Amino acid sequence: MSLFTEPWPWYIGGPAIAVVLFLLLFAEKNFGMSSNLRTLCAMAGAGKKTSFFNYDWRQYRWNLVVALGAAVGGFFAANYMTDGSVGTINEDVVVQLNELGIEGAGDVFMPSYFFSNDALSNPKTLALLALGGFLIGFGTRYAGGCTSGHAISGLSNLQLPSLIAVIGFFIGGLLMNHFILPCLL
Amino acid sequence: MKRIALYFGIGILFGVTMIKSEAASWFRIYEMFQFKSFHMYGIIGSAVTLGVLITQAIKRFKLRSFFGQQIEIPSKAKLIKAPLFGGIVFGLGWALTGACPGPIYVLIGAGYFPLLIVLVFAILGTYCYGVLKSRLPH
Repeated sequence: MSLFTEPWPWYIGGPAIAVVLFLLLFAEKNFGMSSNLRTLCAMAGAGKKTSFFNYDWRQYRWNLVVALGAAVGGFFAANYMTDGSVGTINEDVVVQLNELGIEGAGDVFMPSYFFSNDALSNPKTLALLALGGFLIGFGTRYAGGCTSGHAISGLSNLQLPSLIAVIGFFIGGLLMNHFILPCLL
Repeated sequence: MKRIALYFGIGILFGVTMIKSEAASWFRIYEMFQFKSFHMYGIIGSAVTLGVLITQAIKRFKLRSFFGQQIEIPSKAKLIKAPLFGGIVFGLGWALTGACPGPIYVLIGAGYFPLLIVLVFAILGTYCYGVLKSRLPH
């Protein structure tokens, strides 16, 4: 098994995320990716009309550098650290997704239904991606964090609001996954 | 400059981890919400277990950063409604697109350009929250 080209099992991936948390804390920063969305709003001048964005966003530029690094890491891993294989997806899930019209589970990294470049010419896919993006941006800021800020940083710091947020993530996620998504597709 | 290189390097490690562990995969998120695989629970569970050890060690032993300062870890605002309602809204978007705010950048870098739509509307969603903030229950 080669860790360089094959997908990582959970017991490599989870500790690698903990290393990211460790490095950021020892670099005097906090792991939380959703605040970049607020920074981008503030950078674009949203602070002129809305006080929520009226702050010195320059002190959060470091996090945009992390996001840029993340994109470069994604490019590198997807192009040069792969033999094309993906981890096994549960067989029931594969069958269920095929029935919903979403193919490729266990064969490719991402479903072409949403994420092939052709998907951009499908108005329905565009609408679903736009809706999902809006919910992510609105929800993470309302909640005060996302999977990194609440689920990793916040739970690690034994924060009750983070536990509440993670419960919320799952309430919303289960509603979408089991009831709403099958109607939208 | 040194610090910027450090943040950039940490970002690269994060991006590689999101792809290699498949935590950025739409299929893995779908599978997680179906409770049909241990994979995502193993990733989050082991990351948080180690994260608790790291964070509590920093607090108990008052550890110092790479730059010699005592590390301070801020508490989250003590709210109930905001993390619950906001969490539900984010969960809906997470299960629909399979993306968290971090993996959005990772996946764009990996060449999945439809995530640019997700990013633009996520910025718009954050903007709308900022505008409506005073009228929402927290």
